[in-house]
Amino acid sequence: MTKNETSPETMSIFSPALSARFDKLVGKYPLRRSALVPMLLYAQDEVGYISDAVVAEVAARIGITELDVRSVASYYSMLRFKPAGKFNVQVCTNIACMLRGGYEIFDTFSEKLGIGHKGVTADGVFSLEEVECIGACCWAPAIQVNYNFHDELKPENVDGILAEYRAKTPEGGR
Amino acid sequence: MNLEELNQIADAVRAENGKYDYAVNVCQGTGCLAQHADQIQAAIGASAAAAGKNVQVRRVGCLGFCAAGPLAQLEPEGHLLKGLSVARADEVVSSLGGSPPPGLQCELSELVEKQVQVVLENSGKIDPEKIDEYIERDGYQGLVKALTELRPVDVVQQITESGLRGRGGGGYPTGLKWGMVAKAAPGQKYVICNGDEGDPGAFMDRSVLESDPQRVIEGMAIAAYAVGASKGYIYVRAEYPLAVSRLTSGLREARRRGFLGNNICGTPFDFDIEIRIGAGAFVCGEETALIASIEGLRGVPRVRPPYPASAGLWGKPTLINNVETFANVPPILRKGGAWFAKVGTAKSKGTKVFALSGKIRNTALIEVPMGITLREIVEGIGGGVPEGHSFKAVQTGGPSGGCIPAELMDIEVSYESLIQAGSMMGSGGMIVMDDSSCMVNVAKFFMEFCMTESCGKCIPCRAGTVQMFELLAKICEGRATMDDLDLLIDLCSTVKEASLCGLGQTAPNPVLSTLRYFKQEYIEHIQNKRCPAGVCTIKHEEVPA
Amino acid sequence: MADVTITVDGKKITAPAGALLIDVCRKAGIEIPAFCYYPGLSLQAACRMCVVRQEKVPKLQTACTTTVAEGQVFFTETDEIKQARKATLQLLLGNHPLDCPVCDAGGECELQDMTFKYGAGESLYAEAKNHRDEQQWSPAVFYDRPRCILCYRCVRMCGEGMDVWALGVQNRGSSAVIAPNAGNELHCEECGMCIDVCPVGALTSGSYRYKTRPWEMNHVATVCAHCGDGCKVTLGVRQSSEGAKIIRADNRDKSGMNGDFLCAKGRFGFDFVDSEKRLAKPMIRNAQGKLETATWEQAIRVAAEKLSAVKSASGGEAIGVIGSNFATNEEAYLLQKFARTVLGTNNIDHARTADYARFAKALAGKPGRSAGIQDAAWAPAILLVGGDPTEEHPLLAWNLRTNARLSKARIYIANTQSIRLERQAKATLKVDDYAKLGEMLAGKGNAFAEAVKGEEKLLVILNGDVQGAALDALLKWGLDREGVQFALLGGAVNSRGAADMGLLPDSLPGYVPVNEPGAFANEYANAPKKPGMALHEMLQKKLGALIVQGTDPLGELGVDGGSLKDTFVVVLGAFESATTAVANVVLPASTLYEKTGTITNNFGDVQLAQKAADRANVKPDFEIIVRLAGAMGVDVRTLVPFGKHGLTADLGQSRGAQAGEADRHAVWLAANNLEPKLSPFDPMALLDEIERLVAGYKLDRLNLFAGNPAKAEPGFVPVSALAGSGTIQRATAGLFTTPGLSQYSTQLAELAEHESPAKAVAAD
Repeated sequence: MTKNETSPETMSIFSPALSARFDKLVGKYPLRRSALVPMLLYAQDEVGYISDAVVAEVAARIGITELDVRSVASYYSMLRFKPAGKFNVQVCTNIACMLRGGYEIFDTFSEKLGIGHKGVTADGVFSLEEVECIGACCWAPAIQVNYNFHDELKPENVDGILAEYRAKTPEGGR
Repeated sequence: MNLEELNQIADAVRAENGKYDYAVNVCQGTGCLAQHADQIQAAIGASAAAAGKNVQVRRVGCLGFCAAGPLAQLEPEGHLLKGLSVARADEVVSSLGGSPPPGLQCELSELVEKQVQVVLENSGKIDPEKIDEYIERDGYQGLVKALTELRPVDVVQQITESGLRGRGGGGYPTGLKWGMVAKAAPGQKYVICNGDEGDPGAFMDRSVLESDPQRVIEGMAIAAYAVGASKGYIYVRAEYPLAVSRLTSGLREARRRGFLGNNICGTPFDFDIEIRIGAGAFVCGEETALIASIEGLRGVPRVRPPYPASAGLWGKPTLINNVETFANVPPILRKGGAWFAKVGTAKSKGTKVFALSGKIRNTALIEVPMGITLREIVEGIGGGVPEGHSFKAVQTGGPSGGCIPAELMDIEVSYESLIQAGSMMGSGGMIVMDDSSCMVNVAKFFMEFCMTESCGKCIPCRAGTVQMFELLAKICEGRATMDDLDLLIDLCSTVKEASLCGLGQTAPNPVLSTLRYFKQEYIEHIQNKRCPAGVCTIKHEEVPA
Repeated sequence: MADVTITVDGKKITAPAGALLIDVCRKAGIEIPAFCYYPGLSLQAACRMCVVRQEKVPKLQTACTTTVAEGQVFFTETDEIKQARKATLQLLLGNHPLDCPVCDAGGECELQDMTFKYGAGESLYAEAKNHRDEQQWSPAVFYDRPRCILCYRCVRMCGEGMDVWALGVQNRGSSAVIAPNAGNELHCEECGMCIDVCPVGALTSGSYRYKTRPWEMNHVATVCAHCGDGCKVTLGVRQSSEGAKIIRADNRDKSGMNGDFLCAKGRFGFDFVDSEKRLAKPMIRNAQGKLETATWEQAIRVAAEKLSAVKSASGGEAIGVIGSNFATNEEAYLLQKFARTVLGTNNIDHARTADYARFAKALAGKPGRSAGIQDAAWAPAILLVGGDPTEEHPLLAWNLRTNARLSKARIYIANTQSIRLERQAKATLKVDDYAKLGEMLAGKGNAFAEAVKGEEKLLVILNGDVQGAALDALLKWGLDREGVQFALLGGAVNSRGAADMGLLPDSLPGYVPVNEPGAFANEYANAPKKPGMALHEMLQKKLGALIVQGTDPLGELGVDGGSLKDTFVVVLGAFESATTAVANVVLPASTLYEKTGTITNNFGDVQLAQKAADRANVKPDFEIIVRLAGAMGVDVRTLVPFGKHGLTADLGQSRGAQAGEADRHAVWLAANNLEPKLSPFDPMALLDEIERLVAGYKLDRLNLFAGNPAKAEPGFVPVSALAGSGTIQRATAGLFTTPGLSQYSTQLAELAEHESPAKAVAAD
């Protein structure tokens, strides 16, 4: 879901709850801009990505330039400027996973979904990402789908995982 | 709050626990949760109710033997169960009081006997979200003792006596650091807990935060009292949602019990903690970069001095320690610095938590005394490499560390000896490699990591990691010459010598250490166009005759 | 801070404790290379080029972050250091395109210079370079990403230096890139400072790129023609078929009083010299009422004959003379001397942009009360009244910002509107008008006033719109206090000089009243003593003849040309204008970049403008006026003292100066060890006379001719000086506009269009 329109009640692209949270956040630190990174993370959770509208509103709320927001946002790998799929598959290919076949898992997802690193499927259901260590080294290889872990994977598990999530979409549920 | 009240809380918990005939402690660390440990816990609870058994089914933190999860521990017998599933819940319940169901019992002996648990003492024993269970295991006695019996300078003295050194990897004496912040001009000061655990193969901080968050909170509060800070931040990676949620509830509980807030334990000491979430940048583990990130800037390191101890967060004196460092603090206060110093080597005191992973039978989160040998860890606790393979090396220290070869397996684990061996302690990742691992490929992997994670500020790291990666890729693909190898070696020293921050200065270490012990593998790739481990895809180019 | 002694490469150096090693070394003549270090900007320690070896320290240290302390020993050029620098350069060159032959920065590139010095010429890294197309961010700024070495100078200059913050760093690691503030476009002040500080050719100038090579140009340092701040600008000039053409303007050696700074107008607004509206040939209005081209001789003769005729028929008072804010001091002086002594009229004025006469009158007899523009960069406290220096006086704004940032100067702002410098201000006071400000400052109980009065040393900067009683009150308030200095801001490049040189109907040069001429009585024989008409009056009074030099009163003041229907109008000017359209004789004049002379900035800093460009068929106003006088039958030596005439015979002692027979000028020259000038067209001959006769202009010639400012001192103005009369006309300048000049610059028009509100909407 991408949402960029300003709601008339809050004069904000964010939900009333998030707006209120931001109001609190910017007043909390000795410098307003210290709220920037958390605001971007929360905004991304709600809007799906760091859209131009998110950049503009966050900049305005803090009182810094949009350029400044972009400079900071583009530094952090978890913040994205394009929408991800409804389910963002993050495959760890870091050392512990790599040694235990992380790249095979990634390649299997890539092949099954027909997309590469940072790609999104045409239906917008899945996106795929190669990520650094997610701290699941003892259960390597591991992946994270949104905030859910799946570990000790083998390429043959991939179909099942995709099916599990596809079932959660409205189309899949039917 | 005073010691007496703490004891009352502990007694109440014990009374509650005493009501049950049995307890099943179901591990709810990230690894076990991923395999539906929460459903297993519910199933065991339902089964016990149905069976009419008087069982306390508890959620606990990481039980450590991660490779075998989902795990649970049975009380009072102490059996550790592995590979649990919802389907076997009834069996577990009916076996209570007897021997565990077939195939579920873990053999603990080796895994447990070499370990000494200080940081992980409560891990897998308490419900991470229940502060009273932490108190029952002597939690907050350290803080109460510090606030009611000790002056800040005495607290620093205890830490100094303990010989505790930074567990984030550098090994800077913690007492010295605290003393510097304590001596900085009075006024607003901050305490930051660095939980931006980014080293590949390391997840100790995650586990501590998920299994025993109160320990870190108590450690920070003690530190804040010692240095005169009133505000703390815990910087946690956004990749660790469970740690964030357990910390959030932990902070709420701590406030409720009066360990955070104003006039803590009836003293003039005020302190509170806020969680700050990282957004994916390895360099933010560097203290000045972490501060920049909290301030809402690009998380790039800056020049030191000034050190954060004198000018840190928002320009104020700031104490930054790693999660594991803070986790060591409460027992030091409770039992004294001298007690802590009894374990370990001359210069490296206490224990160290390692995440044992890679090509090893028992991947596990372990805590060992300093001074233990690598062999004891790998072959003893870890159970060696998988069948049919031979052990080749162990990598410690993440991208800043190096690979220690099999022939050095008898060196002891201490800050100094690991550096001497061309690696470093690091934050505690320990990745085991066997004959199926190509050391050039491993070096290439780490270089790729450094390249993508380089912040780009200084030239040697920004451009040097790219060129080193390209050269390593060339070697892996069999396209390199011996001149390329010489160039790589020169480049290592340039980047090591000239980079601005620790990431850059240590980025060449994985290359240097593999070159030191496995140069022949490089030469095989270059001269014979062959990857001894069979990992690299050599691109055979037709050489014109 | 206390001085310490350190040893660098075996040489003992004494420096203040805590100073940066790189500064200390550079001051001592020891060159330490650096890309990211830039004096005055925040420290990065990113390029690692300035590494040095400190004794007893295990690792190489960066000189840009090392502060000096007693007894330290450093080595800056050992083999180890050379090797480290070479290795860093090789890494930089790993992805830096080797397109030096076509790169604008070729020949002026720090990376090129260092590669040459450290011998990193060979390419070690054979991997493919990461090519990206060049981007045009604005008409002024182009970015070539692969050339960028990420030193962040541009980002810091734009943010910290300019307070514009239009550039940022995006992404990280080897993908890190400099990014402008509006997607692929840059919307800002277009000052070009980012281009200036770029050590390589990553940021290049829209006006200069691919035009030429640096070594094919002559570089002439002169005074920027645009505003009254008087920045030194270096014009890059190449010979062309039409003369010498200006290819670029920049701040090449940073030796001027503007230091690092130059604004958009200075950097890009030089192309007025090539405007399509330039007057190319003299013109005379023919019997049919049409202007037709003529030779210089014809045009001068026609003008001279008609002026002589009007004078003999109706007297000098039937002639008016309008001078300019854009001419040099020598030209302004010559014009009024010509008007008063040759034409016999005091009808002389110019479009005044600040009441310098009132200012001089107040400061007369009180030396040391007038500040120079560099004081704005050093003064511990500044009271800024009126105006918006960011728009109108960019160098002043730069100095104030720098002062606040680096020296923590306290800036107090009193203004009717909100201005950008408030971001650097310690306190701000909104006022309805400036009339009550003097009284308010003198009174009690106002927090702003108390804070200002708490300052022991204060620089009061008054914008030109502070006039009349308001100006008097503020000057009086400050003069009653010790430690207060002043400046008054006029509009154009030589607004101050035009007033100082007596382009006024009631004042001679140096604000000497025409009716009490003092020393001028002997110098300006037969000059009228009755004050003449002011500017507006001249345009309305249907004079017999009007000389207009270097200005367009009809266009700028919106006066209907019909009033001049019966007036014989002679225009000396560089551009076609509403005034040339009604002129009877048009004499094409040089612009400031095509002539030599002195210019006095708003603060009274006098600088030498030097001829850079050349253009066929146009002449400097100075020469035109001399030739006009000559054609009217005047001995031009009485206007411009030149040659050795009279000097050797008599040094003035034997017959006495009062007799009027001695050559006072020659005596003065001899006393000041100066040679007489040899040409009647040499403006320096009049500079001598100005120094001799104008009280405030005792100039330090050594500095002046070295390209530095020499301070004029209104404190030496006679106390009999007249306070001003006549209207102050203020057309406000902007970042891209200079009234009377910028309309002839295509480049400034493009910048203004790019930054117009509709286009800049994406920026902040």
